Amino acid sequence: MNAIYRARKRTNVILLTISGLAVLFGLFWLAWILGTLFYEGGHALVRATLYYQMTPPPGADGGLANAIVGSALLITVGTLLGTPIGILAGTYLAEFGKRNRLANATRFLNDVLLAAPSIVIGLFVYSIYVAQVRHFSGWAGALALALIVIPVVVRTTDDMLKLVPNSLREATAALGCPAWKMILFVTYRAARTGIVTGVLLAVARVSGETAPLLFTALNNQFWSVNLNAPMSNLPTVIFQFAMSPYQDWHRLAWGGAALITLTVLALNIVARSLFRRTD
Amino acid sequence: METAANRLIRTTVRARATPALHDLKPKLQVRGLNFFYGAYQALRNITLDIPEHKVTAFIGPSGCGKSTLLRTFNRMYSLYPEQRAEGEVVIDGQNLLARDRDVSLIRARIGMVFQKPTPFPMSIYDNISFGVRLYERLSKREMDDRVEQALTRAGLWQEVRSKLDQSGTSLSGGQQQRLCIARCIAIQPEVLLLDEPCSALDPISTARIEELIHQLKSDYTVVIVTHNMQQAARVSDFTAYMYLGELIEYGATDSIFIKPQRKETEDYITGRFG
Repeated sequence: MNAIYRARKRTNVILLTISGLAVLFGLFWLAWILGTLFYEGGHALVRATLYYQMTPPPGADGGLANAIVGSALLITVGTLLGTPIGILAGTYLAEFGKRNRLANATRFLNDVLLAAPSIVIGLFVYSIYVAQVRHFSGWAGALALALIVIPVVVRTTDDMLKLVPNSLREATAALGCPAWKMILFVTYRAARTGIVTGVLLAVARVSGETAPLLFTALNNQFWSVNLNAPMSNLPTVIFQFAMSPYQDWHRLAWGGAALITLTVLALNIVARSLFRRTD
Repeated sequence: METAANRLIRTTVRARATPALHDLKPKLQVRGLNFFYGAYQALRNITLDIPEHKVTAFIGPSGCGKSTLLRTFNRMYSLYPEQRAEGEVVIDGQNLLARDRDVSLIRARIGMVFQKPTPFPMSIYDNISFGVRLYERLSKREMDDRVEQALTRAGLWQEVRSKLDQSGTSLSGGQQQRLCIARCIAIQPEVLLLDEPCSALDPISTARIEELIHQLKSDYTVVIVTHNMQQAARVSDFTAYMYLGELIEYGATDSIFIKPQRKETEDYITGRFG
């Protein structure tokens, strides 16, 4: 063993140790957060009343049914609004505007939007929609969530379509296939899992968003599926209940937090397994 | 002095009576073709005739423009705005390079198979039917027949008949390349352009493809670009040697390999250069 080889071995051991410690450091906090969440929220999570009773006034028994349904509605509508726009914009960037100035500007602005604090999005929707119609509403909430979904989906669609080898596009074009058909039937298909994963990640992201909903959907103590009225949702209920001095509200807030976390976890697992199946 | 490679090539050129180029009916007539990648000129004043129902090979060192020349025949370059061609490529009296020509119709008549196999991310059956559907509306039975016919022609039918619904990407490299050839001939083109179709394949798959090329030339005009001189000698009737964007020598494969007229060609095929 000569000196260079020994030095290489030593460097390897040092770097391996450092990166291993970094992993442990990250996992430690994650485990702590999840542990606390399920320790505190576990009881609420297994009680059936959580799923069919409304959010209660202080001191009364209740659940989160209205918030769960409200969140599901807001996320669904937000995703349905944002996904087509995101996929179409991403398609433009990857397939048509590879290098032109409009595409570069769009890509840059999209990255800015991707990094924008979600409260800014909430305030934006508040000023252009809520303030105009003079009431909070589910539509406003869904719109705010859609604005968060769009940049995520644009980015992943753009990236995933760029991973499709150009040889596949040339081969399709060589059959005399028009561009729209090629995109619809060949490149989308090749990038399908990646694009779906992007959408699922966007859903996971908006599932926990509180700030944009505070200014838009606000909250609703009662059962409501009317998108034109204020709508209950898990993040704002958690925010409101966690800030309160009441024990039962705290328990419900923990339960709601655990529920969101589990849902997002499930979505991520689905996204990952989708990816694995095609690899 | 003769190198070992050269001897091998000379012995692989099989004895055959090839009629002279000018006696054959040309399928494609290239006239004064110049090609540009932006400001870089990749082809310089190329003029040659590709005879019908023959195999024509383009050989030459990397970057000599042989693939570029092939890609002008189906207007592949039209995908890239910075690339342009000047001159004429005439098929049946019509100039392919004319601006108003419908590129899709050109590509329906002139099919192309690429260096790397490019199966579409769909079933084996759909890989074939996808191209057919672009031009024809066939009943289920007619489509089944067409798929079987194309796969049989490409020598793949026996291997895939029981798994037509499996993904085209699940096949081996050689099978994928034959699938691409089947996909190409399913739309019944007149000309087949093969851009180094065997360079990513193992020797056995290569032999199968070469055998296939022999069979295909009865119905199609085949143009093949290859890095492999033995391959050019084995499969082609005519060979064009290109260097630095120019056509150096073009003629019957036997004469190109056995008694080339130009010093440059001889240097290349005897391995003294290239």
